[in-house]
Amino acid sequence: MKVKVVVMPKATVLDPQGNVVRDAMRHLGMPEVRSVRIGKYMEIDVDGKNGELESRLHGLCRDLLSNPVIEDYELQKDESAKRKRNK
Amino acid sequence: MKFAVIQFPGSNCDQDCVAAINSLDGLRAEYVWHKETSLDDFDAIVLPGGFAYGDYLRCGAIARFSPIMQAVISDAGAGKLVLGTCNGFQVLCEAGLLPGALVRNRSLRFVCDMVTTRVEVDDSPFTHGCSKGMLLRLPVAHGEGCFFADAETLHELNANRQVILRYADSRGRIVSEANPNGSVENVAGICNRERNVFGLMPHPDRASDLRLDSADGTKIFRSMVQTISGNRATSERAKQVA
Repeated sequence: MKVKVVVMPKATVLDPQGNVVRDAMRHLGMPEVRSVRIGKYMEIDVDGKNGELESRLHGLCRDLLSNPVIEDYELQKDESAKRKRNK
Repeated sequence: MKFAVIQFPGSNCDQDCVAAINSLDGLRAEYVWHKETSLDDFDAIVLPGGFAYGDYLRCGAIARFSPIMQAVISDAGAGKLVLGTCNGFQVLCEAGLLPGALVRNRSLRFVCDMVTTRVEVDDSPFTHGCSKGMLLRLPVAHGEGCFFADAETLHELNANRQVILRYADSRGRIVSEANPNGSVENVAGICNRERNVFGLMPHPDRASDLRLDSADGTKIFRSMVQTISGNRATSERAKQVA
């Protein structure tokens, strides 16, 4: 099973990196940009694909891959890989 | 009296800590590799600065799972003094021994500077050798030292007097110009509710000799020594009474 994990800073946490990129985009001719938030994206390949595995992955998302004090995470199962196999 | 200085792969202030501690009378520091599992032989624990595990993922995120951290957590629970400087502070927050988190400096720059901190609490085990409002000049060197806590946590930290040090200007005023990293309310160091775990971004270990421009860091180590000897005397008296 392939999963994608997206970790984003919480809305209440200042993201100075995102602000710098937002300003750069505005300077480069896109004043419409309202905000940029920068997070992390991880691709994870694991053996197996049952619900128990998924709940363990969620556990590690909370304990290791993100810090719940400052970040939220989203775990996405990679459906595109499945579709390719089905063709 | 024996202090443990934990060495993670990537620690780089472990020698500074050992040298600073060994320079004080009656105090001895020993390195403890992060793969060890017991800290029973030690009176206090120091988590030094550096870049444990290369700061990969988040500062301290991987170090908190090192085998020694189980001993740090259980000894902290039993009341042993634990000091985390810089990267050590980040590890303590990741491990949940201290509330809040340390994020990228607001400037996005690594800061390496001498700063002034104001002692906010003079009866903690780490600062009772100081008076309230005393200014300590300590160096900082970090890229992720911006202390963050949500409003509720911050309220609790203030209500329980857990903020031990704040960044201040040379006259002791808590102003934004004195804040090197954008920490909320100029927080430079906090303790846990039980007051035996203390984390700070500045380096007392690098300010323990006047030849290094400041010896204010020794006040923190000396306070720890006083606390430990005081506790020992109390427990011996209790034994005699029993």
